[in-house]
Amino acid sequence: MAASASILPLALRELKFAAGGRDIIQGVSATIEAGPATIILGANGAGKSVLMRLMHGLLAPSSGEVSWNGQGPARARRGQAMVFQRPVMLRRSALANVVYALELAGVPAAQREQQAMDALGEVGLSAVAGRPARVLSGGEQQRLALARAWALHPEVLFLDEPTANLDPSATREIEAVIRAFDASGTKIIMSTHNLGQARRLGDEVLYLHQGRLAERAPVDSFFSKPASAEAAAFIKGESPWA
Amino acid sequence: MPGMAEAFRGALGLIASGDAVLVGIVALSLVVSLSAVLLATLLGLPLGAAIAVGRFPGRRALIVLLDALMGLPPVVVGLLIYLLLSHAGPLGELGVLFTPPAMVIAQTVLVLPIIAALCRQAVEDAWVEYEEQLHSLGAQGLRAALTLVWDIRFSLVTAVLAGLGRALAEVGAVMIVGGNIDGVTRVMTTTIALETSKGDLPLALSLGFILITLVVVLNATAHLIKEAAQRRYG
Repeated sequence: MAASASILPLALRELKFAAGGRDIIQGVSATIEAGPATIILGANGAGKSVLMRLMHGLLAPSSGEVSWNGQGPARARRGQAMVFQRPVMLRRSALANVVYALELAGVPAAQREQQAMDALGEVGLSAVAGRPARVLSGGEQQRLALARAWALHPEVLFLDEPTANLDPSATREIEAVIRAFDASGTKIIMSTHNLGQARRLGDEVLYLHQGRLAERAPVDSFFSKPASAEAAAFIKGESPWA
Repeated sequence: MPGMAEAFRGALGLIASGDAVLVGIVALSLVVSLSAVLLATLLGLPLGAAIAVGRFPGRRALIVLLDALMGLPPVVVGLLIYLLLSHAGPLGELGVLFTPPAMVIAQTVLVLPIIAALCRQAVEDAWVEYEEQLHSLGAQGLRAALTLVWDIRFSLVTAVLAGLGRALAEVGAVMIVGGNIDGVTRVMTTTIALETSKGDLPLALSLGFILITLVVVLNATAHLIKEAAQRRYG
């Protein structure tokens, strides 16, 4: 972890994003503090992924502003990592994929391999360190993506529906690693449309509805008594057994 | 003119006996075309990758042009290089016209667009998949392009071999800038053209066999490399 000043809080001011003639994010303002694991919840197409990409700096907002502890996005890059819905692995070994990320982060060559092995150990992939990353199973590749993020010791970890393509047992493994991140003090910002996962991993919920922030609440009160009609309808619709 | 069967027998006899003239022609063909492909690869891969990853004005026009240049007629390339290298031309002082280096230059020009355009397409396809991940990790510009090219290196083998196939098979460019001088600039394709018109079918046919065999072997090798890489690296 960097000893320098924190990059948090993350402030979003009147964030808008349009693409292909569609307004995807329509004026989101929020301040996201260090500490609680933040879940971005919403139906498909609500703008969760786009909002995360705007936060992480992969997309530039059409208007509005993203700032990290008062600084522009460029200065906070090093403190962030992102795990995508579908992990993208380079055609090299699992270990080499983590080493590559460390190289880009400016870690001295002599330390890379040890740090990468530590990170693989953290997600339970030490045994397959030498295997080509792309022949690993989907769940293993997603854990590898988490190891790659772990090795960077980010202050903030973005996760974009990290278990959407995985079976229940792989999902449990991924969730365990996310909990370990959370416990180590990394700020988790995760999108999901899986309510159970939001409850298991989240402390607070940002509920997006059609590109707007419809509700923000601690996880317990969000599920027990949602304040907005949209969130209430979403919870009901997503949990037909209730 | 001998019959077809006789020509075949003669051709096989030449190949089997390792005829010195034949070997010399095949060797020069390989040296010229491999050199040209090496140069075109060194220039074409970075060029293709840069166009794939870069965002600059005129990019679309450049892509269209590059794709169109894949179909450059070899005789036209030969003519242009001939004009450049001839005594009165801007590069006449080099004095390389009618020598193997001139043939290498012409084939490099011919093959460069093929390798660059195929590389551009391959890198661009991969870029769609890798862009966000590489940006997230902090790889930008040249660094990202190099990572990408290395990661799809086995697909790029196809681009390079397409270029080599083209270089080995073309007649027009080497004919014009090389002059088809016996023992100096005579390669497989120009010899086939000449000997056929002279009526020495066994030599022409034996070179034809070798040329086709080379092209088939090259393509089979490319397939095997790609398949093996796919199994190994996914």
